[in-house]
Amino acid sequence: MTEPLLKVENLRIELKLRDGVAPVIDDLSFELMPGESLSFVGESGCGKSMTALAIMGLLPEGIGRIASGKLIFDGEDLTTASEARLRQIRGNEISMIFQEPMTSLNPVITVGEQIAEVLRTHQGLSRKAAWDQAAELLDAVRIPNPRSRVSDYPFQMSGGQRQRVMIAIALACKPKILIADEPTTALDVTVQAQIFDLLRDLRAQTGTSIIMITHDMGAVAEMAERMIVMYAGRKAEIGPVDQIIDHARHPYTQGLISCVPHIMSDLTETREELTEVPGIVPSLREFGRDQCLFASRCKYRSGECLQHRPPAKGFGNGQISDCWHAEAL
Amino acid sequence: MPAARVTLIRIFYALALLLAVLVLNFSLMHLAPGDVADTISQSMGGADAEVLERIRIDYGLDQPFLVQLGRYIGNVLHFDLGYSFFYNQSVTSLILERLPATLLLVVSAQVLALVVGVVLGVVSARRPNGMLSHFVTFLALFGYSAPVFWTGILLLIAFSLKIPLFPVAGMQDITVTGGFFAHAWDILRHLVLPMITLASIFLALYSRLARATMMEVLGSDYVRTAKAKGLSQRDVVYKHALKNALSPVITLAGLQFSAVVSGAVLVETVFSWPGLGTLAFQSIIARDTPTILGILFFSALVVIVGNLLTDFALRLVDPRLGGRR
Amino acid sequence: MSDTPVIPEEPIQKARHPFVEAWEMFRRNHAAVVALAVLVLIILGAIFGPILYATDPFEMVWAPFSPPGVDGYLLGTDYLGRDMMAMVLNGARVSLLIGLAAAVVSVVIGVTVGALAGFYRGLVEEVLMRITEFFQVLPTLLFSMVIVALFGASLPMITFAIGVVSWTAVARITRSEFLRIRELEYVTASRASGVKNLRLMFKVILPNALPPIIVQSALMVGSAILFEAGLSFLGLTDPNIVSWGQIIGSNRQYILDASFTVTIPGLAIFVTVLAISLVGDGLNDALNPKLRQR
Repeated sequence: MTEPLLKVENLRIELKLRDGVAPVIDDLSFELMPGESLSFVGESGCGKSMTALAIMGLLPEGIGRIASGKLIFDGEDLTTASEARLRQIRGNEISMIFQEPMTSLNPVITVGEQIAEVLRTHQGLSRKAAWDQAAELLDAVRIPNPRSRVSDYPFQMSGGQRQRVMIAIALACKPKILIADEPTTALDVTVQAQIFDLLRDLRAQTGTSIIMITHDMGAVAEMAERMIVMYAGRKAEIGPVDQIIDHARHPYTQGLISCVPHIMSDLTETREELTEVPGIVPSLREFGRDQCLFASRCKYRSGECLQHRPPAKGFGNGQISDCWHAEAL
Repeated sequence: MPAARVTLIRIFYALALLLAVLVLNFSLMHLAPGDVADTISQSMGGADAEVLERIRIDYGLDQPFLVQLGRYIGNVLHFDLGYSFFYNQSVTSLILERLPATLLLVVSAQVLALVVGVVLGVVSARRPNGMLSHFVTFLALFGYSAPVFWTGILLLIAFSLKIPLFPVAGMQDITVTGGFFAHAWDILRHLVLPMITLASIFLALYSRLARATMMEVLGSDYVRTAKAKGLSQRDVVYKHALKNALSPVITLAGLQFSAVVSGAVLVETVFSWPGLGTLAFQSIIARDTPTILGILFFSALVVIVGNLLTDFALRLVDPRLGGRR
Repeated sequence: MSDTPVIPEEPIQKARHPFVEAWEMFRRNHAAVVALAVLVLIILGAIFGPILYATDPFEMVWAPFSPPGVDGYLLGTDYLGRDMMAMVLNGARVSLLIGLAAAVVSVVIGVTVGALAGFYRGLVEEVLMRITEFFQVLPTLLFSMVIVALFGASLPMITFAIGVVSWTAVARITRSEFLRIRELEYVTASRASGVKNLRLMFKVILPNALPPIIVQSALMVGSAILFEAGLSFLGLTDPNIVSWGQIIGSNRQYILDASFTVTIPGLAIFVTVLAISLVGDGLNDALNPKLRQR
């Protein structure tokens, strides 16, 4: 077996609150293989984006910090890497695209320059060469008339086009990992499908590993090989996508899947918003308690769920569930 | 809308404002007690009613208001703002003599306030709780609360009386001989204190706004994108963030032009700077109405041109306003 | 970011009188509380000072330029040997009175213009906003200098001259508040139930537009005081009264002999305006509904 490209070990991220701190990510471990596509799934506020920002070294300054754990990328621990080293990696070996294409591009700089500057920074390209390649990248993300559109400003483009530009920026230096944080949430359904197609094709061409963060089970089924279900800052379940959809071993995952009834029969045609599992995610103050945090919303709740945090239980097929009742499900 | 048309509309609009200033000017002159005839007779040492009447007919003061207004506007179009009986000179030439000094003061103070204000704002935005940040808050409070003429006098006491670094008054030292550079250096030395004094009000304003917008921009999505690209701190702050933080500051600076000109009146008086402000002060004491109104017109002109320039500067900074294609 | 933490709201408190609530918010701004105390002292000094310290500010009481504290004159004497203490106390009255009155004038003009523009929209708004822009183009101080020079330097004329050039900010704020509030449901409801326009404007919309207008008005008092100081520094003031700016203006030729005759009244202006602007900050904290939700 090959070495994992990214190895996250016992990651704990703390967020500063008005009174004290809350672990938004609590003891998270997972591995990402070269060329693999992994999805993070969960409701808003479960810590998915924080994980992504932590890998990028972009946790909000003074508010969030990595309290413990390791982020080993290509044999190098990113949690102890210098800021200068992280800058070399960012946008070059690990890149990220964000949820809001409307606000993620700089409004007063041409899209060409926003692509070209990454190439100049990381690959030392000349002004002219970087500009030419920016046009080629626009072509690669299927923006018509790339030669003339490089000198457009973001306000002259639609939301879908802007997200394509973001993808062009992210893939400009052929990164080893692309992190996509809800890349299509803000877009129309038809545009969503196009962006997924594009990401899939580009991945096939470049062999980039993808970490996709989403709350859309349909997108997971379509894009990823493995998935991690997150709940309240903790891993609920991890495993190959087909197996989990086939037989989820965590009540929360089951809830997520049952909200999208068509998912097993028809994987590609339609994608619907995930309707909520009844109840709400616990408040940040409750994160980190020694109990199952899903217990308040769980129909299988028993005494031990409220007394201790459930241990990880493996099922030999790569599926692991953090639930006291995993075997029974 | 194409950029050329926007520009044309702006210019038309500026002209309309100028016309309005002229109407206001004339109405003020009309409403004020006493008229040109009185002024002339005073300068002649008194005149009887018959002479007064003749002067009024000569100057068209017997005509209806609108006719007089039309004639006044016509005169201004020919750069004729009337005659100052106090200075025995045409108002236009009087003002043109003094205008460069005021422009020098106003423009240099604005530039100083903008540059230093933006730098202070940017640097302090990166450390919202640092010393410099508190200094900006303090500066903002001082700049807003201290009367500018008092600031000027304090600087005068400190840096030209107690520690004689700079000259006390005026714009040039007549004893200075030499070429262009000797004179330029001399003027610069005279300019320092008035410029800093006038800039102090606006420096405070700009640095506070620059800090606030910069803090907002540094938290924006596109700055996060810039960081995620692995750009250097310098590129993130000065290329991606600053460019966006500039337009509110430039907008504010444009709105301040009339306040800068007002402040210049006080600063010029403190430092005996030979500009429109001291001229206004002297002509008000001398009750020289044509000169006073001429100055009001010219200073409004300075403000309007300043606003136009701001508008163009804004469109250079922000492509969304349609300046570039 | 999708994962912004939701900070739990504090337990719902019982509804209290809005003034009590505003005071609670105001009290959290320590600088504003100190400034308010200073301001009260200054106002008391202006009201009772000249009564308790009954020296005539125009009378020559001692040799000129006697430094503060020497010869029994707490703030010294000016270039005419007048008692600076008496002058500063009497000057406080004029400065505060004109500051307040001019602010009232500008707020009345500004609110009226802004309310009409924001309420009627269309042509009315267009015309009124053009007028507002026109007034923003005129260099304020110069314009009021002209008014005072042409029509005489009486206190009411000075007040008017300051008020008439400083209302534009209030007009803009009022207009934008009216534009916002007029679209709210309860206004539509009142309109549908046949409430007359005038009543709608001043009884329904205005009370809800007040918080930012109040904050701006407080700041207006400060800038009006600065304005009056500027005019009287230039000598454009009633020669029969004392004001802070005028003390500076008349003593400024003698800064070599006695700089305190300039620094002391300047300090008085500075402290007063500073106190007002800090109180304005506090008012902003207390009245700004956006901040209150924190």
